[in-house]
This record gives sequence, structure tokens and C-alpha cells, in this order.
Amino acid sequence: MELLSLSAIEQRQALEAGDVSAEALTRAHVEHIAATDAGVGAFLRFDGDNAVDQATKIDARRAAGESLGALAGVPVAVKDVLCDANGETTCASKMLAGFRPPYDSTVVAQLKAAGAVLIGRTNMDEFAMGGSTENSAFQPTRNPWDTSLSPGGSSGGAAACVSAGMAPLSIGTDTGGSIRQPAAFCGVVGVKPTYGRVSRFGLVAFASSLDQAGPLARNTGDAALLLSVIAGHDPHDATSLSPLAGNDAPEDFTAELEKPLDGLRIGVVDEHFGEGLDAEVDSAVRAAIDVYKSLGAEVVPISLPHSRFAVACYYVIAPSEASSNLSRYDGVHYGYRTDEAAMRGELEAERKAAAEGDASDIDPTLVRLYRQSRSEAFGPEVKRRIMLGAYALSAGYYDAYYLKAAKVRRLIRDDFTAAFEKCDLIVGPTAPSAAPPLGKFEDDPLGMYLLDLYTVSANLAGLPAMSLPCGQTAAGLPIGLQVMAPQREEARMLRGARMYEAVTDWSARRPPIAEAQG
Amino acid sequence: MAISRDDVEKVAKLGRLMLTGEELERMTGEMQRILAYVDQLSQAETDGVEPIAHPADVHTVLRDDQVSESLARDQALATAPRHSGEGYLVPAVLGD
Repeated sequence: MELLSLSAIEQRQALEAGDVSAEALTRAHVEHIAATDAGVGAFLRFDGDNAVDQATKIDARRAAGESLGALAGVPVAVKDVLCDANGETTCASKMLAGFRPPYDSTVVAQLKAAGAVLIGRTNMDEFAMGGSTENSAFQPTRNPWDTSLSPGGSSGGAAACVSAGMAPLSIGTDTGGSIRQPAAFCGVVGVKPTYGRVSRFGLVAFASSLDQAGPLARNTGDAALLLSVIAGHDPHDATSLSPLAGNDAPEDFTAELEKPLDGLRIGVVDEHFGEGLDAEVDSAVRAAIDVYKSLGAEVVPISLPHSRFAVACYYVIAPSEASSNLSRYDGVHYGYRTDEAAMRGELEAERKAAAEGDASDIDPTLVRLYRQSRSEAFGPEVKRRIMLGAYALSAGYYDAYYLKAAKVRRLIRDDFTAAFEKCDLIVGPTAPSAAPPLGKFEDDPLGMYLLDLYTVSANLAGLPAMSLPCGQTAAGLPIGLQVMAPQREEARMLRGARMYEAVTDWSARRPPIAEAQG
Repeated sequence: MAISRDDVEKVAKLGRLMLTGEELERMTGEMQRILAYVDQLSQAETDGVEPIAHPADVHTVLRDDQVSESLARDQALATAPRHSGEGYLVPAVLGD
């Protein structure tokens, strides 16, 4: 049996039917990772023995006739930003190297309860800041389709491992496109749920009003399965969605997935097809819209007039929240601390040198401990975000930046409310181009930010949005189609995406490395 | 008005960061370019628009005031770079 090419749902069926053991299934993935990940770098840490151990326990429970969860024996990779008490959580930062969280994030706890085999921890941009996974303090991740290219980011490891057949499922997080953009670049399905759908408890915070965890998978059915496991109200997260009145049952997003949407109205946004969109992406997305027409959907032109401000709005709000959230890394409570003796020596020398003059500019010892610990342990992109946020929130600039952006955020959200009166789903490009070469944005942070053109709006407005494969460039690189829905309408979004997937074969295409045998 | 190197140095203090001369130079240029892009927000007509800090209309949720388990002290301290077993250790603050 070709275990690695089975979908998660097929793996589950094979496990339930007794056609394969969880141990054999896990071993096949572990061997594939061992054979191929040196060239991809998707995992920051992976412990094959531990994974096999989890699998044998599931097999024993199954043999004993216990009732098992929805993912019993299925391997799942987790982005290294969700706390797992069984090991380290580093956020790909020197700041948290060696950090062992004292509790499980709710998402990890849900995966464990569902019987998933947690196969490893995937690489990311440091603290999820970036769109290429090159901002990891430990290693870059390469795109499985062409290892000279970036997998996208910040969930680059999460997308690459699913694309390369190292795991059928993985968990990513999306603050401005960090699930959808790497999903598009790696040719997989990635879902950012409605803000609040998935608990943020134990998700190391980047921007709290935007962060949301979600599934990456090789097709919409698998993504729906994983979303069903991790969704739900959590009393530990005050921003998690409450169940709608009279409906306490956990939502099963797989239940009606194969049922096409009747009278579907697809919204197409004029502003999505303007300047900056690569011609090959443009034609692939237009072809996808034609597929929807051929399925009987009505195509409705809509306008999101404030979407041109979305990236500017996002790059005020996200860094502002980040600078506030990251103030907890102070060299005292956890994480990295500078060499205190050396620091005191330098500070003494500075004070002596200034003894005759003005010493008011020299830090008190504790402040220096904060500043030096942070400066030694944060990478350049994290420092840039802290600086932008501290500036946007500072006296004299708050009104012009943070407050202005918070007003524009309402206008962006209101645009969607008006648009969804005329259509059921909005369809467009996920990213303006296919995967860029590694290193392309090393000296151009603004250029990297502009890759988020189509994705940040969903975070600002709290909407569910997903990417699924819809084509390839002439060079054979995947292109992603973004599907967006109103808040809480993940089921509609997934069914709409499945309608397209069912009549095309783009999701079935895998990079050659996925077939490589160890 | 473009952000100056002096402004960047001040912001680094607010953000509890220390930047070397070279980093300051580079950060100033990068922030100037990013802020020039962000400045297009000023073109958006926002008179009378209420700001939102959150995508959902959040209301304060009340729950029963019940005692429940929380993280034990030794577990919380275990992650600290320096601690006494009772609290976090920092350089002396008084008399500094």
C-alpha cells in the first residue's frame, strides 16, 4: 500500500479496517522524513521513536476495543508556536530556545484527545513574523517543488511537510496570510478559520486580534476533518466564539462537504486583478472562476473600495500588537537572558566614563538587562516589528497611525459586510505570484509585506478564508485560489472549495520529492 | 515628515531594544520606506468612523466567580533563567 500518498481520511479508514497499523503508518512517515527532510528543512524537531511510541499505544488501545478519537493513529505535524508540554516550543527564536511550556495549548490538547500521532514540530518565521520562513533563527525551509525557492511563510514548514508527503496534516497559524500563502506556494490546502473559531490558548501571541490557528492538508476533505477536531469554544480563551443559541453540538465540517451549494453566487473583486498581479496567476484564477461558471454559479462583480489600504492598515495594527505582546520577553520570566556579569562590567565602565559629564542617558541596570537580552535574542524582522509598533503607539503618533488604522479597519470590515449581501463566497488569488526565490526579500522588507496584499483583509475583518491549488506556472510551480466567506461560514466555504476541487485535479499534483523512497 | 535617526534611537528605548550604530542606520532607512507606504492611510476618509480594535463586536463576558486550579508556582518558575524558588531574580533595583 502506498501509505504516504493516502489522504488523512483514507489513512483513518485503513487504520479502522485493520489494513494497516498506526505503527506501520507512522514508521513510513518517519522514514520518509529521515530520507528527505535534510533537503527541505520542514521540521525543527522530530523524534521518530517518540512518534512510533505514540502510534503503538493507539494500536494497543484499538486492539483493546477502546473508542478512539477522530484522528486516532494519523500523523499530524504542529507549527512550533503552539505549546506542547511534552517538549520545547521555540517559535523559531533564540529567545525561546530550550523553553519547555508547563501546559498544552488547547489545539495540542485537542489533537492528543483525538488520538493524533504528533510527529514533529515545524519551522516558521521567528514568532510567525514574515512570509518566507527565512526569518527562522535556526534554519530556512525550502520549497518541495523547487528547493531554490521559498515555501512561503510564516507556516512554511507546515506547508512544506504536507506537500512533501511527510505528514498528511499539519497545524499552522495565520495572522496576515501565514497559512494561506505558504499553502498556495507549496500546492496544498490551507484554512484560516473565523477569528475565535479555534482557541488561541497556548498559541504564543504575535497579534492577538488577528492570530488564528488552522489546518493544512492535501485536500479540502482532510482540512475539514482537522478543522472539526480543533474548532470549538474554549473557556480559557475569552475571544473564542460562543456556540450559536440552541446549538451546542461541535460542528462537523466534513458532514455536508460533498453537497454542492445551490444557486451559488461567486463574488469577484475588481481590485484583486490590478497592478502587481502576475500574469500566470491572473489567468489561472480567471480559469478557476470559469470553472465555477460551468458548475452553474453566478459570478457577481463586487468592489472592496478600502482594500487598497489593507496592507498599510495591517502593518500598523499587527506590529502595534506585536510590540505589546513581545514585551513579555524581558530576560526575567522565561527565555534568553544576557550574560549578567559581562553586562554589569560594561555598564560600570559607561558610568565611569560619564562621571564628569551627563550620565542621565545611561540605563538603570534592570532596563539594560531587558534591552540587552532582547537585542541579543531577537532577529532583525522581529526587531523591525517591535520598532514599528512602538513608534505607531508612541505619544504624538498614536492618532496618525494606530487610531487611524483602527478606523480604516472598520471600513475594510464594512466593505465585506456589504459585499456578502450580493454574493455567498469571494474568490480570487491567494498571493500575487508563485513562490519567490530564497533570499529575494533579504534587503526589501516592504517588498515582502506586499506579498500579503490579498490575505491580510480576512484577518482584519475576522473572516474565514482558505487557499487551494488552482493551477501551475509554466515552470511547474503551484498557484493558489483564495476563497473567503462571512464570519462563521467555514462549512459554506469548504463546500464551495470542494465543488471546484471535485472537477479539477490540481490538488492531486505532488512534487517529485513526495514520491521519493527512503 | 520622515523619521530621523534620533527618533529611531528614542523608539528603540521605548521598545527596550539596543541597536548598534550600523543597525540604527539600516533601521532608519527601512522604517522610512515602510512608513512612507503606510502614510497612504491618510488618504482614507475616516471622519465620524468609530475605530475597532477587534474583528468581532466583543462584549464583556461574565462567568461565575469560582476558584479553579492554576499554574503551580514551581512550574511557572521552572521556565525562568534565574529564580530563588520563591520568585524571579533580577539585578538590584533600589539604590541603582
